[in-house]
Amino acid sequence: MIHRAEPVGGPIINRFTSFLLGLVGISVILLIWRFAAGLGATTALNDGYPFGLWIAFEVVAGTALACGGYAVAILLYVFNKGEYHPLIRPALLTSALGYSMAAFAIIIDVGRPWFIYRIPIRVGQWNLNSPLLEVALCVMAYVGVLWIELAPAFLEKWKETGSGGLRRFAESGLRFFDKAMIWIVSLGILLPTMHQSSLGTVMLLGGPKLHKLWNTPLIPLLFLVSCIAMGYAVVIFESGVSGAVFGRPRHTAMLAKLSGAMVVVLALFLVIRFADLILRGRLGLMFHDWYSVLFWAEMALFAVPLVMLSNARRRQHFPTLFKAASLMLFAGILYRFDTYLVAFNPGRQWTYFPSLVEILVSVGVVSLEILLYIAIVKRYPILAGRATAPEKA
Amino acid sequence: MSVDRRTLLKGLVVGGAAAAAGPAEASEARRPEAPPDAVGMLYDATLCIGCKTCVVACREANGLPPETPEWTEGLWDAPPGLDEYTKNIIQLYREGDEQSYVKHQCMHCLDPGCVNACMIGALQKRDFGIVTWESDRCIGCRYCQVACPFEVPKFEFHSANPKIVKCELCIHRIKEGKQPACCEVCPRGAIIYGTYDMLLEEAHRRIEASPDRYIQKVYGETDGGGTQVLYISHVPFEKLGFPQGLGDEPVGKMARDVQHGVYKGFIAPTVLYAVLAGVIWRNRRSAGEEESS
Ligand code: SF4
Ligand code: SF4
Ligand code: SF4
Repeated sequence: MIHRAEPVGGPIINRFTSFLLGLVGISVILLIWRFAAGLGATTALNDGYPFGLWIAFEVVAGTALACGGYAVAILLYVFNKGEYHPLIRPALLTSALGYSMAAFAIIIDVGRPWFIYRIPIRVGQWNLNSPLLEVALCVMAYVGVLWIELAPAFLEKWKETGSGGLRRFAESGLRFFDKAMIWIVSLGILLPTMHQSSLGTVMLLGGPKLHKLWNTPLIPLLFLVSCIAMGYAVVIFESGVSGAVFGRPRHTAMLAKLSGAMVVVLALFLVIRFADLILRGRLGLMFHDWYSVLFWAEMALFAVPLVMLSNARRRQHFPTLFKAASLMLFAGILYRFDTYLVAFNPGRQWTYFPSLVEILVSVGVVSLEILLYIAIVKRYPILAGRATAPEKA
Repeated sequence: MSVDRRTLLKGLVVGGAAAAAGPAEASEARRPEAPPDAVGMLYDATLCIGCKTCVVACREANGLPPETPEWTEGLWDAPPGLDEYTKNIIQLYREGDEQSYVKHQCMHCLDPGCVNACMIGALQKRDFGIVTWESDRCIGCRYCQVACPFEVPKFEFHSANPKIVKCELCIHRIKEGKQPACCEVCPRGAIIYGTYDMLLEEAHRRIEASPDRYIQKVYGETDGGGTQVLYISHVPFEKLGFPQGLGDEPVGKMARDVQHGVYKGFIAPTVLYAVLAGVIWRNRRSAGEEESS
């Protein structure tokens, strides 16, 4: 059963993509305002809540949602499960787009983006105690690595359809990739291992401001484990959506096996989370105030998909898989929102709820991501298998 | 191959677990020490009469506007706390008969969270242990605000080219041989300037000399790893706006233990990278053999 990746084809501009384009347009205008007037005029960010929606959603949750490429690469290359090959390209594409959007979000969120270039080049000034420095360097490098990992999809197409110079470039690029593949793929696994865990470490510096149910030295491990679960969930989610929209085969059998890996990872997360809180004597906080409620909501969102998927037979049922994956995504997103915003309490006088500009720009960023995804899968060999139904998008 | 894979997984899991356990080698046993040339301030809440002369003097000495520029008409008194135009504030606490003023500005921590956070060292402990900000290195990420337990650094949200605003202990005046402006003008000597050692001694001398007058604690001696600005008071410090649950450890310590515990310099990532490459190489080779056979 060989699934060769093929372009979906069809026009890129249609009603849906035009709508997305409109949302992107609104964001562009809002962002011009943001850069002219500053963050105070356009966002709800304040001195108590310096990190807001853009960081919590686009960067912290967004990169975790973009861990499909990482999570599948672990199975495919480390555990040598070659059968997952058809999943890797779409996963890498969502990862590359997700990470690029996160990088973009950082640029619009920081006060002085024109100094960002100094972070990678001023090696002598690096503060190696800063978890954020590690995140910044790793994310910058990983955006590059992801697009390189994805490059064969573009090169293959250019090799076939390009003329003269472009074809020669594509051929030599593919040859280079064949040789360097091990080093690139290893980097593609190493970097997310480092920065997805460090994204957790970042909030340890919140110290007493981070609620004790979330503030634990195990936070990097919890972030790492949950991002892998989110990576698998995204792959399932994406297969469901692109299956429905582009009429592609869903690989249900393969996804069922994948969700087996998800069960292990989810269980691991819950065990670590509870063991840590119990061993550190924080059991009482689990039944204390509304933070406890939040905590249990989070735990339930992790536990329900675990239960749904733990039965091997039910895993074969795609709608169940899809629902479990969606819940799992919510779980991971909520865990990150809680750690970065809700369980972060700088004092009673501060409140934060994202402004309309922040929300609309976030919507615009996600729209751009979907738009690019559609454009790329329609033109380049990303999705496996042939279209079996007329495409509807 | 299975060995390789197991080592790899172990590496991943042990890394996390080691971080959790806080390995002995990585943890810093002793609390931070003040730099030898450290200076600071001592605030005595029992002496302060809330005249806010220091607030005005601070504005003048640091070129800050006399009032919030966003305010244009109507009555204006004073900002309720530190903000992007205010590096120093006097607040009043009252509950029943208990009452006290308190002055807030940067504490000039011995092991500051803000410095720990800052990516390329815009915030650093520079001369005299004073925590200063260097514009040239600031990205405006605001991580220092997350990391400061005293909520000190303020960000110019009004500006399209924002800076971080915080008390730098009037380092420009100290370098001219003068005192910080707030210490110079205080009519009651409620805030005094001196070397860190001298101030710590003076604080203890006062609370020991009048045990009825003071809470028997010098705030900042150990809190958050210790600070170069010290406080003595007749009202419990939690009530004066100091953070709850801070403890004696610097806020950055746990993150550092975790990060350096896991990374061990850069050895762990390098080893992981090599192991990953090795495993993938073997997997690929065996896959190639299968195909050709
Ligand atoms: S009080 Fe805050 S801003 Fe001042 S040195 Fe300490 S951590 Fe930094
Ligand atoms: S906002 Fe500036 S000073 Fe504060 S941590 Fe970021 S780079 Fe450093
Ligand atoms: S030392 Fe200077 S900057 Fe700091 S509070 Fe006093 S007057 Fe203001």
